Amino acid sequence: MTVDDRFTKSFSETREDRPLGTRNAPVTGPVEDWATDFSHMEPEWAADPYPIQDDLRQRCPIAHTDRFGGGWLPVRYEDVAAIAYDTDRFSSRAIIMSNFRPPKEIAPIGGAPPISSDPPFHHDARKLLLPAFTKTAVGRQEPATRAFCHALIDAFDGRDVVDAAHEYAQHIPIRVIADMLGFPPADGPRFRVFVENTLEGVNLPPEQRIERMSALFDYLLAQVHEHLDNPRDDLTSYLINAELYGHKLQAEHVVGAMALLLIAGIDTTWSAIGASLWHLAKNQADRDRLLADPALLPTAMEEFLRAYAPVTMARLVKQDMQWHGVDMKADDWILLSFPAANRDSAQFDRADEVIIDREVNRHAAFGLGIHRCVGSHLARMELRVALEVWLDRIPSFSLADPGAVTWSAGQIRGPRTLPLRIG
Amino acid sequence: MKVRIDTERCQGHGRCYDLAADLFGDDEEGFGQVIGDGTVPPELEREARLAVANCPERAIELLEES
Repeated sequence: MTVDDRFTKSFSETREDRPLGTRNAPVTGPVEDWATDFSHMEPEWAADPYPIQDDLRQRCPIAHTDRFGGGWLPVRYEDVAAIAYDTDRFSSRAIIMSNFRPPKEIAPIGGAPPISSDPPFHHDARKLLLPAFTKTAVGRQEPATRAFCHALIDAFDGRDVVDAAHEYAQHIPIRVIADMLGFPPADGPRFRVFVENTLEGVNLPPEQRIERMSALFDYLLAQVHEHLDNPRDDLTSYLINAELYGHKLQAEHVVGAMALLLIAGIDTTWSAIGASLWHLAKNQADRDRLLADPALLPTAMEEFLRAYAPVTMARLVKQDMQWHGVDMKADDWILLSFPAANRDSAQFDRADEVIIDREVNRHAAFGLGIHRCVGSHLARMELRVALEVWLDRIPSFSLADPGAVTWSAGQIRGPRTLPLRIG
Repeated sequence: MKVRIDTERCQGHGRCYDLAADLFGDDEEGFGQVIGDGTVPPELEREARLAVANCPERAIELLEES
């Protein structure tokens, strides 16, 4: 067997070769004025960001913060769309708004291609992944996903109250992406920790954040080695062997893409499933309607994706500029809130209401433009199957303790504790 | 009536082939494709309008024949 010398260095060794980025001291604590001091990491935002966004849309509509070294928050659909489409002036070199800006030199590839990539490299890196994530390709995961959902509900046998976020929604995307990447299903609990560290740990002290990110990349590197020894038909072996411009991918590209698929596939879908169940637990009329007319589920699902869109992205401003009336500086963050865009009444009728038979629904839950979520077909399959199986097996359910429901802070928002009374 | 996809705008969200599977399919990368020459028979006009109205990228055009 030949040794693949792309993968001989550990993540921390690789890091030492890289140029440094810039760091800011984390600023935490209550927000005084959301227009001038916003933070998506604070509990008030996590609990209910929509009134904050609605207020900003009326009076601002592009909020600023000095936290995270400076950033902007557009809340109108029109502004969010304009930034998503404008890859000339807004870079994806970093897509998680934190206190660390990676060095400019990592563009146009970025740390987790293609989500972190800019044109023209982005197109080629994305093209490598697209065939694995078409509706047809992800359809092959559907029978196993359905069986797994049933198994999760089988395990509720005899109980009156279950945590639908922790004991149902969470497990579904973890299992699906572990299968697709060819990771041991038993490692699922570790993935959850990786996800939390990446997406919710943005205000941790830098050394602690680096240490935790190293743990993720070292895990992925170990999976690469395991796949080099035992190649098989999964995404990890595919990425190891994939070629771009006549060469195999650099180690950082392989491992970065694996990190993307692992992290981006879990929290997001978990949040969408959880938020949909939360809505249905609170709204008996909607639940009854879906039980009476299961064919309405695909339409209802799009409305849950609009109203409770889990994913907010980030961008970095490339150069100082005046943009839609504000003075943006190079390396300012943009918190690109697709959830806020989806609640803009200039774009959606009755934007603040959840209308499960909404027929015209041009929502942006999976982003807009060249970075459209590569896993959107997979996410939709998982969400549909998770809801179909739940409604079939547990037609009657309600919030066991509305005050006990908790939501994640940060760029991916969904229920993390969701006690439901079932049966 | 005919449908047409602007391939510069399409990003492969797949709303068209979800909502109007008789008029649209996907290619090997998930981008939308018009089936045949895009002619919309009268019984599929509603589906065609739904696809147009739900495309997040506004990539679908409806060409009404005079």
